[in-house]
Amino acid sequence: MDDKLFDVIIIGAGIVGSSAALKLLDMGMSVCVIESGASGSRSSGINYGGVRRQGRSLAQMPLTQRAHAIWGRLKQTIGIDGEYVRSGHLKLARSDKDMASLERYRELTADCGLGLELLGREELKKRFPYLGERAVGGSFCPEDGHANPRLVSPGFALAAQKAGAIFLEYTTATGFAYDGKLFQVKVHNSDRPLQSRFLVNCAGAWANKVCEAFGEPVPMDCSHPLMFVTEAVPVFMNVSLGVEGGGVYARQVTRGNCVIGGTQGYALDEYRARPGGDGIRTVVGRALELLPDLQNVQIIRTWSGTEGRLPDREPVIGLSSTTPGLVHGFGFAGAGFQIGPAVGEVLAELVAQGQSTTPIEAFSISRFRS
Amino acid sequence: MDKPVVVIGAGPAGIRACETLAGFGVRPTLLDESQTWGGQIFRQQPGNFKRGFKDLYGFDAERAENLKQTFHKIREQIDYRPQSLVWNAEQNRIDILHKGKTEKLQWSKLIVASGATDRVFPFPGWTLPGVYGLGASQIALKYQACAIGSKVILAGTGPLLYLVAFQYASAGANVVAVLNTAPVSARMKALPKLFCLPGQLARGMYYVSWLKMRGVKMMDGIQIMRAKGETRIEGLVIKDASGKIHELECDALGFGYGLRSETQIADLVSCQFNFNPVQRAFLPAKDLSGKTTVDGVYLAGDGSGIMGVEAAELAGQRAALAVLTELGLCSSKDSGVVRQIQEIESRLQTISKFRAGLEEAFPCPENWIDQLQDDTVVCRCEEITYGDIKQTVLDCNVKEINRLKALSRSGMGRCQGRMCGHATAEILAHLTGQSLQEVGRLRCQPPVKPVPISVVADASLSQESA
Repeated sequence: MDDKLFDVIIIGAGIVGSSAALKLLDMGMSVCVIESGASGSRSSGINYGGVRRQGRSLAQMPLTQRAHAIWGRLKQTIGIDGEYVRSGHLKLARSDKDMASLERYRELTADCGLGLELLGREELKKRFPYLGERAVGGSFCPEDGHANPRLVSPGFALAAQKAGAIFLEYTTATGFAYDGKLFQVKVHNSDRPLQSRFLVNCAGAWANKVCEAFGEPVPMDCSHPLMFVTEAVPVFMNVSLGVEGGGVYARQVTRGNCVIGGTQGYALDEYRARPGGDGIRTVVGRALELLPDLQNVQIIRTWSGTEGRLPDREPVIGLSSTTPGLVHGFGFAGAGFQIGPAVGEVLAELVAQGQSTTPIEAFSISRFRS
Repeated sequence: MDKPVVVIGAGPAGIRACETLAGFGVRPTLLDESQTWGGQIFRQQPGNFKRGFKDLYGFDAERAENLKQTFHKIREQIDYRPQSLVWNAEQNRIDILHKGKTEKLQWSKLIVASGATDRVFPFPGWTLPGVYGLGASQIALKYQACAIGSKVILAGTGPLLYLVAFQYASAGANVVAVLNTAPVSARMKALPKLFCLPGQLARGMYYVSWLKMRGVKMMDGIQIMRAKGETRIEGLVIKDASGKIHELECDALGFGYGLRSETQIADLVSCQFNFNPVQRAFLPAKDLSGKTTVDGVYLAGDGSGIMGVEAAELAGQRAALAVLTELGLCSSKDSGVVRQIQEIESRLQTISKFRAGLEEAFPCPENWIDQLQDDTVVCRCEEITYGDIKQTVLDCNVKEINRLKALSRSGMGRCQGRMCGHATAEILAHLTGQSLQEVGRLRCQPPVKPVPISVVADASLSQESA
């Protein structure tokens, strides 16, 4: 790689960075992806695995619909099915007030193509008899679903590698510079910086290092979503579940294990997080309320990760406000898995054409400038 | 003191730690997963069984009796909580599962004496009914007075091999063969080191000659090829030291390659781990007193490296003395304490030399991976085969053990890799041409063992969220 000049260097081999790499290669560019750990092993690989459009902001609708189409071609795109299923996503209301917000959301997104169905208590009981008593109604999005993030996200990285991208895993980018023509990226394990014409920042919770280097820091902090998985039990749950107001979400994989999340873990260090006893007990309590039949089922593992989030819980996607050739895509606040592949494509368009075919104005980095 | 000194594990290390603490007026909380004290080595039989300690523990009967008396002596001076599984640990608290309830316990100092389990490596047929771990075979006898079968083969390596064979044969079980994967030459070479504990060495030699005198078939330098049988084990195919294949009939097999430390709790409290090439495992770092890299956390016994029962008792005492010093309850200037510490540490060093000899005498086999078939299950919980692992390593260019777990699901099931993790790591090292150290260490997440949802669920917290 001596003196090798890349068209594009991507920081971060999560689902966003790797799908951007895949698209850029498709456009004929040379790509180097720098990843501090293993590709797709941080938030992209350890999230809940919801592939959900329902519940996203209006601003995200065009992106999420674009992603929906990519998920439909997942196997052609990355060569594996990643256990992706369009099971439907059911968002439950635990009060009349919550039901009213689900109704409002359906009206607001009526033109977006989500196909939401509102269900009353009786309908809910009939179609989803395993649900607990707390739910008064729900909103069902038939084509949403779930997938296995620990396969899908590395899958995008492997596909990009096969297509010719250079992946530098377990490599930390330690310094960034732009000389007016080229970007220089220093890495911890080499004296010689890597060079590129474009720099794409998909560094998730660690993206601010790049932003700061180019004079546009963002007010990002970290969250540590907590998840657990049960032993395998006969398949009973045919949808991915969420709750209006948040706090718990659940799905069951075909092997029979239930994957359930909610609450927060705690940070172990800059990269790693772990579930704490209180967090586990709280989310398990909520899960039991949602799915009472799980009471005698055993929990076999819990985990957490590190996720970047901005004050408005919307990501940063778009061109840098300070540096030509720098493109950002990070800060998905625990909801990046589904739209990740579409964001990757958008970032590739921003590199190649300077603009995106999907509206992304709401996600501009400039929104934090006072 | 609001928060107690907590000792996890009521085996030899935990009990001696409690004895020392109680001697200085500290009332420790002793948590143990079992119903009765003793750990695995002195596992108690059910109350209505009447075998004496001599029958149960052989040469260790006196040690067991001594420990029992100590336990009864301190029983009222400690907060002893049997049937308490520590399923989560953090830097200031642990979570315990006890009789269908979970409770949180904050600790001021923590002594972890979590013990060890069999180290097993897969071979074709190892999942057939009738195949047991060596330690499990021993426990069946100690606990329930049962043999694992009526025609038993014991195989593998480690001092436990001959001890279990001896215990089985003396209890009247039919031991058809004792098969050691280590060559005799390894034992010869290790003799100088083993002589530093002549009593221990003599015991081992006694077991071997006792078995030989009774005509038990004994072989060395063998390799396990596969277990035969359709619905249960019917025989074992082995290769002898000269390369000749033998087929031995049996209806049960106990096998194992020494022990492996249970290090999950040390991991959860964030102790630093180092690779130990002799034990072929990552072990929590500790100094001579058992002090770890985490403030207030101490380790004792086989849970932090296999050293055997005597060392466990000493390490328990030593860790307790360190805790007492830290609490200001005993002075490192007190000549009695200084002498006790010196005696313990010097004895531990001798045992450590002896252990090094044992590792040389009973080395971990190196060629077991060659016998695996593509359909040999490696991870029993998730039914991940050797072929699955090979394919994942090849397809995804996997080099690291946690990555292999994520991509293949090996070690992702109910045991969370406690049983298969070391075998998987050896396989990954073998397939990628890396050292065992390079493939890394499986990270632990709570729960340490599976826990039921209804027990863990905190209903009060859930209402809050509504």
